[in-house]
Amino acid sequence: MRIDRVGRLCGDIEKSCADIGRLIQVMEVCGTHTVALFRLGIRSLLPKNLKLLSGPGCPVCVTEQAYIDTVIELACRDDCIIATYGDMLRVPGRETSLEKLARANIRIVLSADDAVKLAQQHPGKTIVFVAVGFETTTPATAVAIQQAAEFELENFAVLCGHKRVLPAMETLLSGRNDKIDAFLCPGHVSVIIGSDAYRPLAERFKRPCVVAGFEAEQILEGLAEICSQIEKNAPSVGSVYSLAVSPQGNKIAQSLIEKFFEPCDGPWRGLGNIPQGCLKLKSQYGRFDAARRFGLTMEDCPEPAGCLCGQVLCGLLDPAGCPLFGKKCAPDHPVGPCMVSTEGACAAWYKYGPER
Amino acid sequence: MNHDKILLAHGGGGSLMADLIAKTILPGVSGKSADKLTDAASVNFAGGDLLMTTDSFVVKPLFFPGGDIGKLAVCGTVNDLAVCGAKPVAMSLSLIIEEGFEFEKLERILKSIGQAAQGANVPIITGDTKVVETGAADGIFINTAAVGEKLEKANLSFDNIKPGDVLIITGTLGDHGMTVLSGQKGLSFRSEMQSDCACLFGIASALVEHLGGAVKFMRDPTRGGLAATANEIAQATGLSIRLDESAIPVKPAVLAAAEMLGMDILNIANEGKILAVVSADVAGEAIEILKADPLGKDSAVIGTVLQVGKSAIVEIRTKIGGSRIVGMPYGRDLPRIC
Amino acid sequence: MCLAVPATIVELDGDKAVADAMGNRWNIRTTLVPDAKVGDIVLVHAGFAITTIDRRQAVETWELFEQIEQFRRQEERANEN
Repeated sequence: MRIDRVGRLCGDIEKSCADIGRLIQVMEVCGTHTVALFRLGIRSLLPKNLKLLSGPGCPVCVTEQAYIDTVIELACRDDCIIATYGDMLRVPGRETSLEKLARANIRIVLSADDAVKLAQQHPGKTIVFVAVGFETTTPATAVAIQQAAEFELENFAVLCGHKRVLPAMETLLSGRNDKIDAFLCPGHVSVIIGSDAYRPLAERFKRPCVVAGFEAEQILEGLAEICSQIEKNAPSVGSVYSLAVSPQGNKIAQSLIEKFFEPCDGPWRGLGNIPQGCLKLKSQYGRFDAARRFGLTMEDCPEPAGCLCGQVLCGLLDPAGCPLFGKKCAPDHPVGPCMVSTEGACAAWYKYGPER
Repeated sequence: MNHDKILLAHGGGGSLMADLIAKTILPGVSGKSADKLTDAASVNFAGGDLLMTTDSFVVKPLFFPGGDIGKLAVCGTVNDLAVCGAKPVAMSLSLIIEEGFEFEKLERILKSIGQAAQGANVPIITGDTKVVETGAADGIFINTAAVGEKLEKANLSFDNIKPGDVLIITGTLGDHGMTVLSGQKGLSFRSEMQSDCACLFGIASALVEHLGGAVKFMRDPTRGGLAATANEIAQATGLSIRLDESAIPVKPAVLAAAEMLGMDILNIANEGKILAVVSADVAGEAIEILKADPLGKDSAVIGTVLQVGKSAIVEIRTKIGGSRIVGMPYGRDLPRIC
Repeated sequence: MCLAVPATIVELDGDKAVADAMGNRWNIRTTLVPDAKVGDIVLVHAGFAITTIDRRQAVETWELFEQIEQFRRQEERANEN
C-alpha cells in the first residue's frame, strides 16, 4: 500500500518537473527533513531537475561558537550544573566541546522540565539550562522559567540561544540566494507558529511555502504540491500536514514565548546577523538569564579559514562542493557548523550521501 | 583526529574506537595490523586449534530487564568464541568491586553468572577479585576470558566471503541497547522492552554443523550495532553490502523508543544476535535451522554481498524503495531532540 | 530541526501526564495543550505535548500507528477465536 502511494507521488513529481522543464531548487528549511530525505532514500527517487537545498534549520548548527564557549566556561565552574539536550554535547567551541570536557556536572536532559527538577534536587548549585532550539523548543523553556518563578527557584538559569525561523528564511530571499524557488517548511515549528505565518513571505517573494510532516508520503506530498504550484505559476502557502498543523498554530505556546522572550537581532552561525532572528529573555525575567547572572558576554568569533558553511546554509553550494568536506572536515572532527550536528547539511551528506 | 584524552565515545564501537585500536592499542602491544580483527584469536597449540577471547563489562544499570552484568559477562565472551566457530571449554572471571557495593547485589550477579555458565556448559576455572576505593569503579566491573576448541566443520574467515553471499540476522535488532538505555539515570522511561542477552553457541554451532563451509563468517553485532558490523565486513573484504530495510526485524517498542530518542536502530547494540554470511544456495536451509531454536525464531535474510563498485560501501534499500549509504557509526549515539 | 513523536496519553494529573508509544512510557507535560485528555494522541517534542492529533489520521499517517492497529486487530481476532 505504502509503496504504491510513494510510487504515485513520485510519478506526479516527475511529471510536473518534466513539464516545468528547468532546474527547480527547493530548500528544505528543517534539518529533520534533511535527515529524513536521506534516511528514507527519497533523494534517490527524485527527478534530476528537482534539486533539494539543505537550509539553515538545524538549531545546533546555527548556534554561534561563542555560545558554546560560554557553556563550556560555565561547565568549568564547580558551582554550576549544566543541563543540556544531547544534541549540544559534541558541538565544538574554539578549543573543546562539552563531551571532551567530560565533567560530571554536565547532564543530558530530555526535557526542560528535567532541568527544573535538577534545580530542586541541587539547591546548592546553579542549574544552567542550555536553551537552544527554534519555535518548537522555545515554549518548553518558557514553561521551565515559569515553573522556576513559581517555585522561587533562585538557582535556575537559562543561557538563551533560541532562534526564530521566519526571519532567517526572509534574510535568505533578501539578497542571499534568489535562486531558491520554494520552501519545504518545517513541520514541527509550524505546529507552533501555524501555517499562516508563512503567508507574508509567500506573498512578498512569490515563492511556494509548503508545510510537510516527516514520513515519506508527507514529504513527497509536500514536494508534489510545490511542483504543482510552480507548474501553475501560483505560489502560495500550503500544508500537507494538517493533522498536526493548523493555520493559527498553538496559541498557548505562542503566548508563552511572548511572555518570557522578545525578538532581537543576532548572529546565526554561518549566516551572520539575522534581523529579529534571535530571542532574548525579557528584562523582567533577567534574573533567570545565566549570561547576566554570571556577567558573561559573548564575542563574535570568525568562522574557521576555508569553511564554506555560510554558502551551504544559503543553498548556494552542495556540501560536497566544499574543499574541506570529508577531508579536513568530517563528523568526528568538524570544522564548520554544518558538520557538527547529525542534522547539519554536511553531516547528513557525509553520513548518507553517495557523493562522498 | 588527535585526542589527548579518552572520551566515552572511544568505547562506543564506532570509527573512533576502531581508530583507538588501530593507532594506539595495537602499535603499543604487538604491532599487529587492525585489518582483519576477529572476535577471538586462534592459538597454535600442540594438538589442535585453540581460540581465545576476553571482554570487560561495565554496563549501567547493572540489572536490566532480560539480564544483568553477570549474565552479560558470560554470554558476551561465549558469543565471541561461538561466532568464531569455537566451543567454549573454560572461562576465567575477574571482579573489580567498588568499596561499599552491597553483598546482596554481588550475590545476585554471581548467581546469574553461575546460571549462564552452566547453561553454556562452560566451567569457570580461575578468577580474581579486587576491591577499589569508593569512586574508583562504578559498583562492579567484570572481566571474563575464555578459551574454546574450534569446531571441526568451522571454516570462518573474512576471506571466504564472496559476491552473491547473503547476510542473515538471527533476530530483532536493538533490543539490548534500547533496554539498557531506558534504564539509565536521567533518561529513564518505563518500557516493556527486554534485553536479548543470551549465549549463542547453540545456534552458531547448529549452523556450522549443518552447513559447514557454506557458512562463511559470523559476528555478533554488539556495540555499534549492525551498521558497525556490516561496515567492518565491507572494509575487511573490500566488497560492498546491500541491506534490505524492510527485511530487518525490529520490535515495534524498540523502534518507537529509538525514534523517541532520535537514534538509529542500525547503530544500537545487540547481545543475543548473530550476523552470519552464508552462500546464497543454503540461505533457506540456514533460516530453517536457525528458526528451530527459540533464540533464532525471528531470523531473516537481510542483505547481499555485492561486487564492489567505486569503493566498498554498505548501502540499504529503504522501505519506500529508495537507497542510501549506511555509515560506520562514530562513537556512542546520544539522545537528541532535533 | 525538531524531532517529535506521536504518543497516547495514558495518565493525566493537571498538566503532568504519562505518554505511551508502543509500550514505552515516559513523563511529559501537557502545559501547551491543556485540553488534552487521557486516550488522546499527542505529538511530543522534548518532553512537551505540542498538539493533539486525530486518531484516525494518525493511523493513516504513521507507520508505527498502523502497526499498533494491526497488532490490536490481531489480538482481537485471537481473543475471538
